[in-house]
Amino acid sequence: MGETPTFFNEMDGTGDRPRAPYSRYCDWYRAEPPERLRRKAREAETFFRRTGITFNVYGAADGDERLIPFDIVPRIISAKEWTRLTKGIEQRVRAINAFLNDIYHRQEILRAGRVPVELIENNDAFLPKMLGVSPPGGVYTHIVGVDLVRTGENEFFVLEDNARTPSGVSYMLENRETMLQMFPELFTKIRVRPVSDYPKMLRRSLSACAPPACNGRPVVAVLTPGIHNSAYYEHAFLADQMGAELVEGRDLRVVGGRIAMRTTLGYTPIDVLYRRVDDDYLDPLNFRPDSFLGVPGILDIYRSGGITIANAPGTGIADDKAIYSYMPDIVQFYTGEKPILKNVPTWRCSEASSLSYVLDHLSELVVKEVHGSGGYGMLVGPAASKKELEAFRLKLVAKPANYIAQPTLALSTVPILTKAGLAPRHVDLRPFVLMSPEGIEITPGGLTRVALKKGSLVVNSSQGGGTKDTWVLED
Amino acid sequence: MLGKTAGGLFWMYRYLERAENTARLADAGFRIALTRSDHAEDEWASIIETASARKDFVGSGAKFDGPSVINFLLRDPANRSSVISVTEAARNNARLVRTALTREVWEAVNETWITLKEALARPVRETDLPDVLALIRNQSALVRGATVGTMLRNDIYNFARVGTFVERADNIARILDVKYYVLLPSVTLVGSTLDNVQWETILRAASAERSFRWLYGGETRPLTIADFLILDRRMPRSLLYCLRKIAGNLGHLCSDYGVRRPSLDFALGLRDELEDTTIDQIMERGLHEFLTKFIQSNNALAGHVEEDFRFNR
Repeated sequence: MGETPTFFNEMDGTGDRPRAPYSRYCDWYRAEPPERLRRKAREAETFFRRTGITFNVYGAADGDERLIPFDIVPRIISAKEWTRLTKGIEQRVRAINAFLNDIYHRQEILRAGRVPVELIENNDAFLPKMLGVSPPGGVYTHIVGVDLVRTGENEFFVLEDNARTPSGVSYMLENRETMLQMFPELFTKIRVRPVSDYPKMLRRSLSACAPPACNGRPVVAVLTPGIHNSAYYEHAFLADQMGAELVEGRDLRVVGGRIAMRTTLGYTPIDVLYRRVDDDYLDPLNFRPDSFLGVPGILDIYRSGGITIANAPGTGIADDKAIYSYMPDIVQFYTGEKPILKNVPTWRCSEASSLSYVLDHLSELVVKEVHGSGGYGMLVGPAASKKELEAFRLKLVAKPANYIAQPTLALSTVPILTKAGLAPRHVDLRPFVLMSPEGIEITPGGLTRVALKKGSLVVNSSQGGGTKDTWVLED
Repeated sequence: MLGKTAGGLFWMYRYLERAENTARLADAGFRIALTRSDHAEDEWASIIETASARKDFVGSGAKFDGPSVINFLLRDPANRSSVISVTEAARNNARLVRTALTREVWEAVNETWITLKEALARPVRETDLPDVLALIRNQSALVRGATVGTMLRNDIYNFARVGTFVERADNIARILDVKYYVLLPSVTLVGSTLDNVQWETILRAASAERSFRWLYGGETRPLTIADFLILDRRMPRSLLYCLRKIAGNLGHLCSDYGVRRPSLDFALGLRDELEDTTIDQIMERGLHEFLTKFIQSNNALAGHVEEDFRFNR
């Protein structure tokens, strides 16, 4: 099974025997006729297509919906590994929340000189209108998706903190549902921790952050940009599973100091809005005036305690790629502890010495746009052609502050099922974290994204990545 | 429920109903063309008329022949009422109201869209037409079955049903109006071969040829057909049946919501008027005039529903 010794193979480990978390799965796999597995893989695709679990690709023809390829070999994490990860994630999410509270209030971390002032002040993700605003329950980041990668038995790195509107949780849930339907026998042999409580936990967590104006059972709604958004399926799915309304900007308006939705009987106030619309588009009166996706005046209602917005406006300042490199300091500053999870070493191209290093080592590095996401506008040095490298070099020199660079990590692999049997492919992991005044909850598992092309390190679905079910084993 | 969701349900089911009726219309046209090749062009023209698409069709430069009309009705994306256009519109509305649908209904609609997109990807050959039309009917039956079998009988269902019957009433009234002259009492009582074919078309387009035969045996009189399609309470596609369903569903909505809305009174008014009418009275006042007024009132009713339940504002 293992063919490239330089990468950590999560199933095979060093080679002779499967690693412990995979041993039962491998026993089962060896006894399965390959033809049955291939048939199951085809069934999974039909299942996804019929259910309509699709995403729209930006830049593709209107209405072009695609499936994210699903691989039937699970990614398995032991109870011990998971415990360690959750400790690290919890520490990090608390720090992010404390950082946001500080940045929008006393700004002690800036006064202490641990994070440069200009990095905040000149950052589009920083919202001056949030200064002095305290979100209900003190929670900024109700939902966080922490992207992790692994490079060895005990080597985990945080690649990105998604503190705005992380997506992908519907795939975590549907992937499990698919596996349960296709291989029920596996779940009787192997004790896997369930993920299906996520929507219930999300609803509870959001309700616990109801605003002062709420009386009675909080009314929760999911705000979507609409059916043409790439993650629309997920918005509808979550609203459905939570028993919340799925609203668009055109359904909402300010009525009597509250945000209300237009029902068949008139306007009804909403208490908690789980918005899947970016800050810029949230309020045409306060942000981009040309936005039709938001609600005019919602920020003012928010500031006066009339509604909870999840995540809070302005959280983007915490997951900005330029801030990322300061995360170890941020964690230490607010928790007084050493970070449990490692950061990837990062060169800030805004700094002259870093820029010259990056330009000299371009073919070895991964360069990312500071404000980019989804794998767009990114250079993977080792995989790039000479021409691509030169083109990127020009972009870097023109706007160095726009980029950060990181070493190309030796991402771990997990096998996928191919025509020729199992073959290792690179993976990452996005666990989903819920935060409320009652505490932090992390669903055991998350979304494992897998680069389906041999050797590829880009796992984004928009760039040809697929997904796997992620198992966290019971103790 | 959100007003937008109510509107989405209403339109989703209107479009689904339209897809089915358009397929029946194509089927009826195809039958005539098979039996009467000498008048085929007129018949295809009247099919287009029924679909109220003459302007679009002529504008497209196509001729009134079988392949062009079938293509226009089934798969022309420029025709906003073609089967493929309305199926896509129905699915888009279904996505919009996804949270109000059972998994079964959503999957049935999604599968219908996937299946028909595939079946209508290329022009349909004459030999394949019966199969394709059967496929469209089967898919409609699938969605209807999922709807009736799995949906809660609450406001969601009521909006779906109001949409279904508003569209059906409109479609049936149009079919009758295009052919109204062959249903006039002045037409010979026995009926020429030509009339027989025309009557058959009307019945077939309303999916009523079998039930009509059960009820009336071989006695095909124009007045009976008109009576059957306008006033029969047993016939699920008659205008009165549709109005009774619309009024009933609006009644449920209003009593559930504990409000009374103008659309309910409007629907009750239309229904009562039709209940108290006989086919002779309709003929006396003029069938064409009656149908024109009916289509207008039905449209107005849809407008009232949209306003009362805040679909858009």
